[in-house]
Amino acid sequence: MQLTGAQALIKSLEMEGTEVMFGLPGGAILPVYDPLIDSSIRHILVRHEQGAGHMAEGYAHATGRPGVAMVTSGPAATNIVTPLADAYMDSIPLVVITGQVPYAVIGTDAFQECDTVGITMPVTKHNWLITDASEVPRVVREAFHVATTGRPGPVLIDMPKDVSNQMMTWNWPDGVDLPGYKPNTKGHAKQIKDAARLMGEAKRPVIYAGGGILKARAAEALRALVDATGIPVVTTLMARGAFPDDHELCLGLPGMHGNYTAITSMQQSDLLIALGSRFDDRVTGKVAAFAPGAKIIPVDIDPAELGKVRRPDVPIVGDCRLVIEELVKAVKADQNKRDWPSLDDWHRQLKEWQHTYPLTYEQYEDGPLKPQFVVDMLRDHTPDDTIVASGVGQHQMWTAQRWKFNHPYTFVNSGGLGTMGFAVPAAIGAKVGKPERMVWAVDGDGCFQMTAQELVTASSERIPVKIAILNNAYLGMVRQWQELFYEERYSEVYLSPDLPDYVKWAEAMGCVGFRVDNPDDVVTTIEKANEIDDRPVVIDFRTDYREKVYPMVASGTSNDDVILDPAHDTHGAR
Amino acid sequence: MPAQHHILSVLVENKFGVLSRVAGLFARRGFNIVSLAVSPTEDERFSRMTIVVDADSAPLEQITKQLNKLIPVLKIAELHSDEAVERELMLVTVKATPELRSQITELASIFQARIDDVGYDALTIQVAGAPQKLDAMTDLLQPFGIIELQRTGRIALPLLARRPAKLRSVKSGGA
Repeated sequence: MQLTGAQALIKSLEMEGTEVMFGLPGGAILPVYDPLIDSSIRHILVRHEQGAGHMAEGYAHATGRPGVAMVTSGPAATNIVTPLADAYMDSIPLVVITGQVPYAVIGTDAFQECDTVGITMPVTKHNWLITDASEVPRVVREAFHVATTGRPGPVLIDMPKDVSNQMMTWNWPDGVDLPGYKPNTKGHAKQIKDAARLMGEAKRPVIYAGGGILKARAAEALRALVDATGIPVVTTLMARGAFPDDHELCLGLPGMHGNYTAITSMQQSDLLIALGSRFDDRVTGKVAAFAPGAKIIPVDIDPAELGKVRRPDVPIVGDCRLVIEELVKAVKADQNKRDWPSLDDWHRQLKEWQHTYPLTYEQYEDGPLKPQFVVDMLRDHTPDDTIVASGVGQHQMWTAQRWKFNHPYTFVNSGGLGTMGFAVPAAIGAKVGKPERMVWAVDGDGCFQMTAQELVTASSERIPVKIAILNNAYLGMVRQWQELFYEERYSEVYLSPDLPDYVKWAEAMGCVGFRVDNPDDVVTTIEKANEIDDRPVVIDFRTDYREKVYPMVASGTSNDDVILDPAHDTHGAR
Repeated sequence: MPAQHHILSVLVENKFGVLSRVAGLFARRGFNIVSLAVSPTEDERFSRMTIVVDADSAPLEQITKQLNKLIPVLKIAELHSDEAVERELMLVTVKATPELRSQITELASIFQARIDDVGYDALTIQVAGAPQKLDAMTDLLQPFGIIELQRTGRIALPLLARRPAKLRSVKSGGA
């Protein structure tokens, strides 16, 4: 069968099971958009290429399948660099296709030419420039394989226009042959045995669960490990939902804005079992002072993560799910041989901390609307399996702290890169992947203004996402740092609550818009929004700009120095 | 060679852009390259990079693990100086007035170097060998006045194992 390179590309995407892709056409990618008309793949036309990338990420977060995005060359390719970098940091499987100027003119500064492969090399797991149409099926197979196996991540295929038009003989390869890429998924048996032995000696163990748990579909395995050992779990920003918040051994969010118990349990721990987590600076605080008495058992599919930040005691390279399953067997075998020490004292200590140092805020009846109250009401008046997306900043931290994530793949957010504007497009992508689920974005007013135009995409494609803007008229997290660390010298952080008019803006984009500034109206408005299922909804919650995210560990300081909310005493009551 | 230098022999796919991937990785992770030599191997599908890295800039383990993540990288061997044959080539142009010329050629012959070009008052010398030998040659030529100097960066291969052949026992023993 003779096909053009463009036809072969679309056919290859179909062969890889692509059901939906996000994109925006342009000159160099035009030949590939033509066969798309006849394809089974649903294409969602975005309003900005960054939106396409974040939608693909949201889709991948929610479904576990690779997100696919396609854009043209030059400025379109540079616009999708941010989502690539975001996906690279958070290990999200993405396949991005960019158009390129004809191969024959590459290097001549042609119209809309840029060195896409060069620019994206540092932010992709791998990328390819196709030089001949016959390579298309092989490269697409390799791209999906690389994106989804090992430590997942984004890949990019750069497709010159003349290659798209070139004829080739269709041939779908049986498999991939990448001699330099053989991820090791099975953990080393002796290391696993040693890990179980250490776990059986620890008196204050903590499981430090990271995003790798979700990438490896290991939430059930983790549950089994906790059932077998009684070891408490902290779930990092990328792992919220990997272990249910309702479980009594779930300690919740650690790190810079984690709760006191999660942070302190790690500091006091004598054994950290780090599952798919990477000792990010936002989790460890000052590394030299992090969990000083703890032995470390890190499990990661990426060998480079073992020992990158903290010297491991029993490092295990492997797929989190496979390793945890083996670990559960090894634990049970060890428990049959000897008595494990009781963790009752440790559990009691954790309970005491939870009781003494809860998350605190106060919503006064006629006072300004508190952002934490809005998050709590959203949490309590949406279905248990609601998918929540967030941007980056205070609203993200309040959501991560306060939401009850009882199911995996329900929190979609930008962790490593911290990309403002992530929430709206990511929520749209998640809703496309999981149309039967309710999808809310909790966003900030600063973030919302960065990517709000994608609500036009959502309206025209009938993707009914719901957006709650915690509108405090400030770049809130920056304001918080200026208040605490720059002597309240507020430099360029004020945004205004009324400019833009979020309700009118929402309506102009085909959404329903609401405004809430009174605590009494919060629940009724959320319930109204929940009932709308034919278009997106935006709620402009006017929240108190003075509210700050606590607890906090200041950047570069030790996790022993947790700053609690000074407005409340240490017992949580006023 | 200072002890904190390590030689990595890296087998890579012989495709365009691979050098850029390796160099980019070193740059963005803050690893310092002391020298780098690349050429195709006996099998033209692959190239071998000999990279001398400054291990003070990052732990060697982290460098090799990150390198290993690059898809076109097939194999990485760390070569210790005492377990490898290391060679480097140097071209050096040195001032050589007719009166001094014989002194320099004598020096060159001690180092088994070759005179590759002769000018009215300069010589270009080619010398190959272990990096230390090139350092020594440079030191000795310095007083004459070095005009230009170019080194290739070292290439290296592991020393061949020379274990004595095992003697087969005449009678296969029990147990």
